[in-house]
Amino acid sequence: MLKVHNLNVAYGESHVIHDASFLVQPGAAMAIVGRNGMGKSTLLKSLIGMVPARHGSSINLEGRELVGTESHKRVQAGLAFVPQGRLIFPQLTVEENLLTGLETRRYKEIPSFLYEFFPVLKDMRNRKGGNLSGGQQQQLAIARALASKPRLLILDEPTEGIQPSIIKEIARSLNALRAELNIAILVSEQVLSFALEVADRLLVIDRGRIVREADKANLNLDEVRSYLTV
Amino acid sequence: MTFRRGNQAPRRKAVIPAAISIEETFVTFGIFVMQLFNGLSLFTILLLMALGLAIVFGLMGVINMAHGEIMAMGAYTTYLTASFIEHHLPGLMGVYLFIAILLAFAVTFAFGYVLERGFIRWFYHRPLDTLLATWGLSLILQQTYRSVFGAQEVSVPLTTWLSGAWEPTETIQLPLNRIFIVALTILVTLGVWYILHKTRWGLRARAVTQNRAMSSAVGIDTNRVDALIFALGSGLAGIAGSVFTMVGSTNPGTGQLYIVDSFIVVVFGGVASLLGTAASSFLIAQMQTALEYLMSGSMAKVAILLLVITVLYFRPNGLFASKVRA
Ligand SMILES: Nc1ncnc2c1ncn2[C@@H]1O[C@H](COP(=O)(O)OP(=O)(O)OP(=O)(O)O)[C@@H](O)[C@H]1O
Ligand SMILES: [Mg+2]
Repeated sequence: MLKVHNLNVAYGESHVIHDASFLVQPGAAMAIVGRNGMGKSTLLKSLIGMVPARHGSSINLEGRELVGTESHKRVQAGLAFVPQGRLIFPQLTVEENLLTGLETRRYKEIPSFLYEFFPVLKDMRNRKGGNLSGGQQQQLAIARALASKPRLLILDEPTEGIQPSIIKEIARSLNALRAELNIAILVSEQVLSFALEVADRLLVIDRGRIVREADKANLNLDEVRSYLTV
Repeated sequence: MTFRRGNQAPRRKAVIPAAISIEETFVTFGIFVMQLFNGLSLFTILLLMALGLAIVFGLMGVINMAHGEIMAMGAYTTYLTASFIEHHLPGLMGVYLFIAILLAFAVTFAFGYVLERGFIRWFYHRPLDTLLATWGLSLILQQTYRSVFGAQEVSVPLTTWLSGAWEPTETIQLPLNRIFIVALTILVTLGVWYILHKTRWGLRARAVTQNRAMSSAVGIDTNRVDALIFALGSGLAGIAGSVFTMVGSTNPGTGQLYIVDSFIVVVFGGVASLLGTAASSFLIAQMQTALEYLMSGSMAKVAILLLVITVLYFRPNGLFASKVRA
């Protein structure tokens, strides 16, 4: 469903992503792993349109070319994004944060399953988003993204700065949501155990290049680990 | 502030005699009430001026130097409406003001929308260029007004039911047109609050203000939001301009008089805070009228400017910077 071909991204003169090509199948879950500064965020941000891709790159979602379009058009086309650092709207209440996700109009109101998956959001409905804990903000960011009813959910390091018990909970939620909503997931990670728990296919990114791609079943774990340790 | 002061209480020096008779107590009380009301009236005028600016500057961070000229556009629209109705539909003269306010809003809203789409948006992320470009625009508008309406002042007939004063007691006289402005400002402010906090459109505007890139990444069409915020801010300026025709006359330079006061109010209150804008207008207006009672108008202005500068030194984000951890 998502076909990335020859993706190149640069910040001014500094060329960060080099010729990335990969494919995400409908309903599949793919993880991109790599160390700090290898280009995971840059890659994912270019998919959602927060940083521009270079000329000649192609990002194709179900036959629609997305390069050059604005982020909100890509969300309309079926992408949703949970950024690193979560970036919920701190001055809006939890409920208002969720309402901002309804812009695609695929749901008329906040779907009740969101509160069922993340009960803490229901309890804190009227609190300002900025006053939630890190883990709660992460759940809010995921719920906000799902409120647009995406076909592909993109998450950038969802485990960063979150305690292990909550990490497990987020992994469980993502697996359950994927099964229930029949969406595809693309997630970047440094925590290999989390990546293996949610994804069935792995990409390894190193200095802006995709250096390995394999199904979870026939993965050389030691080799992947060698890319993740300094 | 250079509004016509004809229908305000005459200024008196506060000379309080040693023994005060009951009659004099009433007079003093009357003066006190009228002072309060003058403050309230100036407050609503400042607030009405600052609202549109608070929205455009506070929500979008755009410094629009032509904001005053957009107010003048509202005033001229009112003048044209009054002339038209006076000559063609004299039966409607009693309610022309309501028609004029709506027209002034519509004209300036549309102007703001087109201005944002065709002009302002090319200058985002370049504050200095925005400043220069909108300043240039303000000069162009002033010149246009001069060629169309002439350099002299124009004024509108005061509706009969708004001339005169309400006299609850013998010593208290509250001008009706001022009461009308107070009521209208309350209505407009509540309307703006409602739009920003209770509608989906307002939610989009607040989201874009907090994080533009992320707003787009959750699916909000940020360009449309920008245009509508700018249009609303301009429309509010139009309403303000329309209302000011009741207390002052209009000339091509009128906008310049408004803009300085508006900026002081917005910056003092803290941008992006409607409450701050209201509180700041209130404080400045009450101080100005109180100080004017004791000293000359320009000394009062200087005192207020000094105070604003002092406050901004200690609270650079204004009185009402918000306190949520990000
Ligand atoms: N806005 C920017 N301007 C210039 N260079 C940037 C910018 N953002 C990131 N970079 C550079 O691009 C490279 C990749 O950064 P990126 O944030 O994509 O890495 P990452 O894999 O997400 O790292 P982390 O795991 O720490 O989040 C880094 O060398 C970084 O310094
Ligand atoms: Mg990153």
